[in-house]
Amino acid sequence: MRRPLPFAAALAAALLLSGCSSTGGLRAEEAARSSAAAGGGSGVGTPRWTFAMVTHAGSGDSFWDTVRKGSEQAAAKDNITFVYSNDANTANQVQLVQAAVDQKVDGLIVTLAKGDAMKDVLARAEAAGIPVISINSGEQYAAKFGALTHVGQDESTAGKAAGAELRQRGRKNVLCVIHEQGNVGQEQRCNGAKADFGGPLQVLYVNGTDLPDAKAAIAAKLQADPSVDTVLTLSAPLAATALQAVTEAGRAGGSTETDTFDLSSQVVAGLQAGTVGFAVDQQPYLQGYEGVDLLWLYKYNLNVLGGGSPVATGPQILTRKDAPALAQYVARGTR
Amino acid sequence: MTGPDLLAAGEDERLAPRSGVRRLMGRPELGALVGAAAVFLFFAVVTSTFITAGALGTVLYSASTIGIMAVPVALLMIGGEFDLSAGVLVTTAALASSMVSYQFTAVTWVGVAVSLLVTLGIGLFNGWVLTRTRLPSFIVTLGTFLMLTGANLGVTKLVDGTVATKSIADMQGYRSCAWLFAGSFTVGGLTVRATVWWWLGLVLAASWILLRTRFGNWIFAVGGDADAARAVGVPVGRTRIALYLGVGLCAWILGQHLLFSFDTVQSGEGVGNELIYIVAAVIGGCLITGGYGSAAGSALGAAIFGMTSKGIVYAQWDPDWFKFFLGAMLLLATLLNSWVRRRAERG
Repeated sequence: MRRPLPFAAALAAALLLSGCSSTGGLRAEEAARSSAAAGGGSGVGTPRWTFAMVTHAGSGDSFWDTVRKGSEQAAAKDNITFVYSNDANTANQVQLVQAAVDQKVDGLIVTLAKGDAMKDVLARAEAAGIPVISINSGEQYAAKFGALTHVGQDESTAGKAAGAELRQRGRKNVLCVIHEQGNVGQEQRCNGAKADFGGPLQVLYVNGTDLPDAKAAIAAKLQADPSVDTVLTLSAPLAATALQAVTEAGRAGGSTETDTFDLSSQVVAGLQAGTVGFAVDQQPYLQGYEGVDLLWLYKYNLNVLGGGSPVATGPQILTRKDAPALAQYVARGTR
Repeated sequence: MTGPDLLAAGEDERLAPRSGVRRLMGRPELGALVGAAAVFLFFAVVTSTFITAGALGTVLYSASTIGIMAVPVALLMIGGEFDLSAGVLVTTAALASSMVSYQFTAVTWVGVAVSLLVTLGIGLFNGWVLTRTRLPSFIVTLGTFLMLTGANLGVTKLVDGTVATKSIADMQGYRSCAWLFAGSFTVGGLTVRATVWWWLGLVLAASWILLRTRFGNWIFAVGGDADAARAVGVPVGRTRIALYLGVGLCAWILGQHLLFSFDTVQSGEGVGNELIYIVAAVIGGCLITGGYGSAAGSALGAAIFGMTSKGIVYAQWDPDWFKFFLGAMLLLATLLNSWVRRRAERG
């Protein structure tokens, strides 16, 4: 072939034209979105303030994408220029917060997953007169570091809620899957679940950035220990992985159940199909939305919700009966 | 000014005097200097915040935390070797210092001193295994990297029960350590952090070693051609071990900074930073194959990295694309760098 490029382009175009799918894909997604999209126009008369959000998220995480969607919706309503940045490395996250302070933003939303490291930079934000709200994790640091309030879920409480639900469902032997070895919040979830479940609960560490490897690890554990009847995962992608592992271990259709923290379309599909028993939702959209909106309220009217005591966005236990109603919101990426 | 007409018959043309411009063009860091200036101008124009004193302080700080490690990594690279364990070694240094101080309820200086022994020991281990086994440094330090990543987490969990160390902020000696490793002062709104001074000092010291001492000549010789260097009597093994000790020393400095600016240390961090140090050295004109490069170049490379990573934030570009912009900027800076150098060599 002398001219491969035009030929390849023509072939690709021909394939696309001839191979239209009548179900799913972008077309279905767009239809769902237009039917459920919330309006965007701002309805307030306040000046255009700039709020920055700096999180400890890694890139490309669906949970944090939902948080951002909530923030962007609130920013659109409140006439806010919303600037988001993230870095999983503590020192880099601190530098990003410092960069926001340098820019003299009108408000700051941070996560305090590695709280102690944030002390100095938040003091500088306070000195610069920038109001701060913390979201997601790090409730215990919020007031200490001068945050107006904290919007999130206490991980131990969420773990206990999961444990109570596991007991109520009569599970016998639970495998709690930690996918970030070293994450304090994940340890708290498993410990909380163990405390209120009361029965045997063992922890399995897997590598959350390598899902095939995680799947193999969970499947191997299920094969090695037939008494395990419940897999409890701590994030939605891991729940999908655990479902595959259950199948791979030859337990599909049996009494083995996967339960999880956080939502995704696969988790909701699992809830509907009965393969997922329940999901503990901390409502990430709400964390992003309230972070921006509470800052706006403070800037506009000096209001502080709850007088500064932490605002809980979870845990909310979702089961099969909640699944049908949730499906459309999950599909558009706001639950 | 130069040329054959200036040479007397029989004189060696390699000893001919070169003009100042030609000498400048031949320096390894020239390309990086042009690249750094270009990146600086770019962000100074597209953002309003970048050239304020506050932002410059942040950029300088960001560059210094990369630059402190880029210096020994550049020296190592000139000597023809890699160190993939450099990133997690910084975390190891911070963890060792924190845990020793806390667990033995010692003055924090004790932890600081023990930590130096630990990092030098690991540097010695890398260099020794390398010279004894003659395995490629890529393999040896990849092994150390993985071992340290596991040990950081494992030991911390074993000792502290959690994955982060406990705060040592209320212990004796903390304030003086914090002053030395994590202090700062402000000149006209520009906050200069202690790391900037450490960085500057290291660059000056390393430049002096490279350009003015016999050991510096050894480094170039070992990286250029180890066998030839050995043939003329250069202690190749000891030179390499010394270079790895240098990495240990600088990892110790940066590790103490992380500890004393944040009180606690997360045990899982540092992974991936080793590549950033290598990138900074390469942008600064170090050849991956060894034998060529400079310490000042690594500083410029770190500055380009610091300016780019923070400039993107000040420009408020979509963070989803952050890594893309970063990569494109680095590629452009490096291309500009090599283009300038080729022109200079042809010149």
